[in-house]
Amino acid sequence: MGLFTELKDSISRAASTLFSEEDPKRIGIYGPPNAGKTTLANRIARDWTGDAVGPESHIPHETRRARRKENVEIERDGKKVTIDIVDTPGVTTKVDYTEFLEHDMEKDDAVRRSREATEGVAEAMHWLREDVDGVIYVLDSTEDPFTQVNTMLIGIIESQDLPVLILANKIDLEESSVQRIRNAFPQHETTELSALEGDNMDEVYDQIAEYFG
Amino acid sequence: MAEAKHPEDEDGVQIDLISAERMDGKTTMEKIRMILDGVRDNNIVILEAGLTPDEESRLIEVTMTEISPDEFNGIEIETYPKSQADDSSLLGRLMGKEETKKLTVIGPANQIETLHKDETLISALVSRK
Ligand SMILES: Nc1nc2c(ncn2[C@@H]2O[C@H](COP(=O)(O)OP(=O)(O)OP(=O)(O)O)[C@@H](O)[C@H]2O)c(=O)[nH]1
Ligand SMILES: [Mg+2]
Repeated sequence: MGLFTELKDSISRAASTLFSEEDPKRIGIYGPPNAGKTTLANRIARDWTGDAVGPESHIPHETRRARRKENVEIERDGKKVTIDIVDTPGVTTKVDYTEFLEHDMEKDDAVRRSREATEGVAEAMHWLREDVDGVIYVLDSTEDPFTQVNTMLIGIIESQDLPVLILANKIDLEESSVQRIRNAFPQHETTELSALEGDNMDEVYDQIAEYFG
Repeated sequence: MAEAKHPEDEDGVQIDLISAERMDGKTTMEKIRMILDGVRDNNIVILEAGLTPDEESRLIEVTMTEISPDEFNGIEIETYPKSQADDSSLLGRLMGKEETKKLTVIGPANQIETLHKDETLISALVSRK
């Protein structure tokens, strides 16, 4: 091979790594405490990478640090979509450690959990302003979606023009109402699922590929 | 708020109604300080014009850093939902005309409880400290 073609070759190789392999989009999983964000993150990670992201719990504020799972390759119709998923602590405007005492926790542990929770929420807000390219907003469909935290967060996401996919989780439960969520956020499409049971995950992956691909 | 002196031994509830004019020209942190100082004095703060989404995001963040056990549990905040006509259109935002004219009520989480809320009414129960 002549020097010239060799040079041309290495330039085009460099160019292809520069331009075609763009960084995977960072998708933040947001929503109120206990909505099922980690359960969803774990399901996505297990389905496509084989391992989990973090612990799930019925006690709110289980996730107190944002956790990133990198290079999750999701395949849809022969096309590959690569994303980083960021499981975030549930967002709230208040944390009262005495509520953890009801879950059989010692005061020391409850106070520590609440301190970590507040740091986690602050961190989640920071990620939302600076470090995510898209949002999966998870809601517990057995709960009233019409809360100030949800309204504010959706407003913050919209103001940054981030693509957002709203998920109505826990449809396996009898009290679930997906329509209530659709009514609360009519400007966005809502997809229903059970992250715990794995119901309707195919549609969730279709939507992820469409929104963030 | 700063000028509002209330006798220490009274157990009433102080309400600060802050006009849009008074907030105008303040930086984000000045606004947040004004709100949280009021709320941490156990006052109910009502903003004639609400906050921008970015200011709300920072308000949540700063609130979190100030929560401390047995002293401050955070805030309760309510605003009228923005009308469906949605003035926060892309064009409006590009022109810097963010719709922030939404009445906003903020109080200490352990003292204010929202009883009912819809597009036209916020009903809240405020308890004395
Ligand atoms: N029935 C039912 N329960 C679910 C579903 N998804 C999650 N859960 C349960 O809801 C609880 C909270 O789930 P997590 O995944 O820890 O919720 P989270 O949103 O990560 O909560 P934080 O990290 O505390 O903000 C756990 O007990 C889960 O098992 C679901 O689809 N159906
Ligand atoms: Mg979690």
